Amino acid sequence: MTAPPGPQKTLATFHVNGESHEVAFVPHKTLLEVLREEMNLTGTKHGCELGECGACTVQVDGTPVLSCLVLAVDVVGKQVRTVEGLAKGPELTELQHAFADMGAAQCGYCTPGILMTADALLAQNTKPTRDEIKECLAGNLCRCTGYIKIFEAVELAAARCRGEKAEPRKESIHGS
Amino acid sequence: MNGPRHECAVQHATGEALYVHDEALRSGPLLHAWPVQSGHAHGRIRAIDATAAHAMPGVACVLTGAHVTGQGVIGPVRHDEPLFPDEVSHHGQPVCWVLADSEEHARRAAAVVRVECEPLPAILSIEAGIAAGSFLTDEQTIATGDVDAAFARGDRELRGELQVGGQEHFYLETQCAWAHRDATGGYVVHSSTQHPTETQSTVAHVLGLPAHRVVCESLRMGGAFGGKESQANAFAAIAALGCQVTGRPVVVRLDRRRDLTITGKRHPFLARFRVAFGADGTLHALDVQLWSDGGHSLDLSAAILGRALFHVDNCYRIEHLRVRGRVVRTHLPSNTAMRGFGGPQAMVVIEEVIDRVARTLGVPPETVRERNFYRPGDRTHYGQEVRSADCIERIWRTLAESSSFERRRREAHAWNASHPHRKRGLAMTPVKFGISFTTTFLNQAGALVLVYRDGSVQVNHGGTEMGQGLHTKVAAIVARELGVAAAAVRTMPTRTDKVPNTSATAASSGTDLNGEAARRACAAIRERLGIVAAASLRCAAQEVVFADGVVRGGGRELPFGAVAEAAYVQRIPLFATGHYATPGIHWDPHAGRGEPFRYYAYGAAVAEVEVDGFTGMHRLLAVDILHDVGDSLAEIVDRGQIEGGFVQGAGWLTSEHVVYGDDGALRSRGASTYKLPGVGECPERFVVDLLPRASEPGAVFGSKAVGEPPFMLAIAVREALRSAVAAFRGSGIVELGCPAVPEAVFRAIRAGTV
Repeated sequence: MTAPPGPQKTLATFHVNGESHEVAFVPHKTLLEVLREEMNLTGTKHGCELGECGACTVQVDGTPVLSCLVLAVDVVGKQVRTVEGLAKGPELTELQHAFADMGAAQCGYCTPGILMTADALLAQNTKPTRDEIKECLAGNLCRCTGYIKIFEAVELAAARCRGEKAEPRKESIHGS
Repeated sequence: MNGPRHECAVQHATGEALYVHDEALRSGPLLHAWPVQSGHAHGRIRAIDATAAHAMPGVACVLTGAHVTGQGVIGPVRHDEPLFPDEVSHHGQPVCWVLADSEEHARRAAAVVRVECEPLPAILSIEAGIAAGSFLTDEQTIATGDVDAAFARGDRELRGELQVGGQEHFYLETQCAWAHRDATGGYVVHSSTQHPTETQSTVAHVLGLPAHRVVCESLRMGGAFGGKESQANAFAAIAALGCQVTGRPVVVRLDRRRDLTITGKRHPFLARFRVAFGADGTLHALDVQLWSDGGHSLDLSAAILGRALFHVDNCYRIEHLRVRGRVVRTHLPSNTAMRGFGGPQAMVVIEEVIDRVARTLGVPPETVRERNFYRPGDRTHYGQEVRSADCIERIWRTLAESSSFERRRREAHAWNASHPHRKRGLAMTPVKFGISFTTTFLNQAGALVLVYRDGSVQVNHGGTEMGQGLHTKVAAIVARELGVAAAAVRTMPTRTDKVPNTSATAASSGTDLNGEAARRACAAIRERLGIVAAASLRCAAQEVVFADGVVRGGGRELPFGAVAEAAYVQRIPLFATGHYATPGIHWDPHAGRGEPFRYYAYGAAVAEVEVDGFTGMHRLLAVDILHDVGDSLAEIVDRGQIEGGFVQGAGWLTSEHVVYGDDGALRSRGASTYKLPGVGECPERFVVDLLPRASEPGAVFGSKAVGEPPFMLAIAVREALRSAVAAFRGSGIVELGCPAVPEAVFRAIRAGTV
């Protein structure tokens, strides 16, 4: 028996993290698959492939999207930003610093998706309330932290972005 | 923030932290494996026809039992898990695996493999297993006092039953392994495993090779929680077998659906109990029978049941106590280790007993808890002295005060009086958790510390990193013992060619065991360096102090690197191994007596909830925790374990509901149908305090294990819900399902009003 021919690959140019990538890929592939398999951008993670966990979140033209539910062909001509595109060289963003300082990542696997979601929030809103942070991160699951340090990290980053000299509290107590 | 942050904190925040699948994709062309799964819970396989699959694009091989040159049946304790079964024993069980040049090709080909299976009757619940006499173990018993005589005395008595639900690990990184041949004819298996040694030996067993031909590396895991203690082995074995058969690198990555339907979960338990108690709430006698649902194979179920038997006392002295347990075999995925390892299920049972006693007597459950606390000098039902028993009361009183428990309970009463359809409830519950593997020989660990001539340090140890901060703590121990900066110490990936014959990173023991082994290796190096330094500093070797990156003595100091260089020139070895075997522990399972634990970790929590009477929907309003971590090695890590463990425990008890259908197929097979704690449920108030003056003399630098104990603090949420349900109903026992999902809470409210 001869194998039936598979779908043909197509060639397209993607704009990811400010760089252009010419990639040959099968057109039914998701953005998640193309980022990981064709561009070596493995910071974006598989979590559920059903849009239920948020681990694969990236930004498309500044808006967080679930890359497991978006076809790569749909982002041709748009600006894609992944976790690898947050820092400028060795210079981390305030959000990245805050996550590292606060212990907002434990196993770190959900972290890229949460960072990309929270980064988009802070770009729109430099003083988010707890409820606004909750609403923003409602689609991102974390199984390690219980979310408390994630809240604190987003709030710390927001304060630093506003130019306040905020430090992690010695007694890191949430909400009291 | 006190202490070091996670040693990979920056890599986590930049996407540079690699996990097994990331490494595999970056390594070059691979074969991808995909399972063909059973459509029956129990059945005999008549034929497997892979002809159509072989003809699909990109397919390299369909792995079956015929490819196995070693042994095709694996299992961590008993070899009862066939990789390629003739008789399937749970719905979703892998029957064979397709290898293809892409995951998509493997998936498409797996879909056309035809499996002819003759269905057989399936056992799908603990009760059905008991009725059919289907067990994986004999009965285990631990008893103290004279239980039967105590019941004959005619005290007040209660009997009851409780079903405790299971829990899906839902580590965000699903099971993954990648195998390739190395340049010397061996196999390297990168596995998301908590137990590289067992993964190595499983692979060797399946491939028919001696262990030295296989290296297993566990760089980091994207969460594990016990789910990768034994259950990573099969996927590593499939990757390695595929590599052996094809000569090409092979990756196995389960997608979420496959992971949920193939792997086991926390054990559901059935408990039947009988308790005799006095009018003041003193528990005189308790007789508990436990059955756990082991699933289709033994896995770690015997030890998990054993830990349940050890923890049915929680913090309470019960003069006459008998606890018996047995593991039921069902046709479901093989249930396995998960944070707490049987301890949580047993502690839910004793808190159920306490609550029923309290509501029978009409006193607050907290009063009955206090009345029965262990006091200094008391021994458990297995004969171990409860050392530091005074911690229980100290924590209890301190937390009651710091959380304003009595005032808030009065406020909740007042609030309830003016809210007919919503009620608030508070509860405070304690935790005592025994630290050590209850299988005594597992309590050992090794480390290999390498100091380079510039004074920089590499540490290798047998523990694995799953997000719990083990590597951070071990590096902190090494830095402290050698007196160097944290930045001077690098923790290397866990590999079986660096430290052999290790135990799983489990039982909360990672730091106690590996940290102490690493400290001992450092102490050996420091002793040699002390002699070298003393000569240069012109002082006695015992006067030499290692701290702040320098070596001091005789009023002078040298950089640590200069001493390392001097030692090298003098031909002194700059590396050492360390080994630690926990002293003083022993356990006789036949007598049910011994000292299985090095020490106990303690804590207590207050939870406040609000329940809607129309729907049973509930909300966690506030959490106050006081927990004992000894002398914290890394406060940010410990706080993270307490917060994360508590929330995971609250999920288990209040929202996470594992559901199988009548056909044995998992119904809760995604985050859309299995409700994990989300950011929205995070309470407004979440206060965590660490118990001061809690140094543990038996553990490394006075620290205590923290991975599992906080999980059980979440029992306070269940008991708070019960208190809120009681507020709808008035006096009397409140039977509340476990997990207390809104439907269960609604039923509990209605049960009292009919």
